[in-house]
Amino acid sequence: MPATVIYGDRPSIVADAMPEGKDLWLSLDDLRTATGWELKPQGACLADTCVPIPAGREAEFLRANDAQFNLAALTRLLGQPVAHDDTHNLWFFGEAASVRSHALLSLQAPDFTLPDLDGKLHALSDYHGKKILLVSWASW
Amino acid sequence: MKDKNFLIISVAFDTGGVAAVKDWIRPAAPGQLPKELLDIMGWEEAVCSRAGTPTYPCLIDEKHIVAELYNMVNVPTAVWINETGHIVRPAEPAGASDGFRTMDRTTLQMSPEVAAAGKQIRQLYVDALRDWVEKGDASAYILSPEEIRRRMPGQTESDALAAANFHLGQYLYQQGYKQDAQRYFAEAKRLRPESWNFKRQSWELEEPGKASGPEFWAAVDALGSQAYYPRIKIEGTT
Repeated sequence: MPATVIYGDRPSIVADAMPEGKDLWLSLDDLRTATGWELKPQGACLADTCVPIPAGREAEFLRANDAQFNLAALTRLLGQPVAHDDTHNLWFFGEAASVRSHALLSLQAPDFTLPDLDGKLHALSDYHGKKILLVSWASW
Repeated sequence: MKDKNFLIISVAFDTGGVAAVKDWIRPAAPGQLPKELLDIMGWEEAVCSRAGTPTYPCLIDEKHIVAELYNMVNVPTAVWINETGHIVRPAEPAGASDGFRTMDRTTLQMSPEVAAAGKQIRQLYVDALRDWVEKGDASAYILSPEEIRRRMPGQTESDALAAANFHLGQYLYQQGYKQDAQRYFAEAKRLRPESWNFKRQSWELEEPGKASGPEFWAAVDALGSQAYYPRIKIEGTT
């Protein structure tokens, strides 16, 4: 069943996603393409970070002779929030509260990139070296 | 102040995107803002002439990502960031105050006393900002790391789940599923009731004008003695 998986703020269409209640099973190829996570001997790995599959809980994470991976089990383990819509088969995986809090408490201003009215992108880090008043507003 | 190695970056929390904000950033007919709005915001008329359009970056944040990164629950909220990219004052109401709660909700008029008090609060904030721009790290208005962390609550798991639901709603809205989006906005509001951004943004997407309509006023009234814009301690810790 096709699903839209938004991971790391990037939407991907996964042709053969297998949603089952709160779980989302993906082939290892789809997992890598949609999220960057790969299965390695040491566990699930994203770039240089590897998370061992908790001993005794392998069945929550892997099935079909280790050909399918449950992304939702991994994000639960990592404390990442998940919201999904069954009608549109849409899954959103956010950043863990602990990661957000840790970033903020470091006092290093979190970077972001956003467009202006003309569509030109600006990153906060483009303005490194200046004092910045970062101020929010809204039209509403 | 822009000659002093200082820059304002404004970020509009607007899921409606360019269409929602363009007349605010670049008014078709630049001119004075209405006096009622100046009173609500505590702005001096002289400094708010809209004769020119902003020359600083005015960014559009359809996903409210800056609100999530900096833990902002209302507008206007501001953070001070120094030359090395460090936060020296955390997210706090940028000179805004609660005087608007006493105004006439039809005419948007407020008493001269309340309007004057609002202007004074805003002036304190602007003076503090100028002091920092002038003196940098020597300013009495920048806070110690301990004080910043004390004033800056971290994100809870419930806050993170609220943000995920808001993002799901925003994606559905962007895809044209405006009704379905509201289910997830509702969940975001339930999980993080203190976020006026979630409330007012979702109301406005439901129906233009609703963000400042009866639902808004009912929610403001329900605050009772709690602040809409918490009064900030502007003085430094030195």
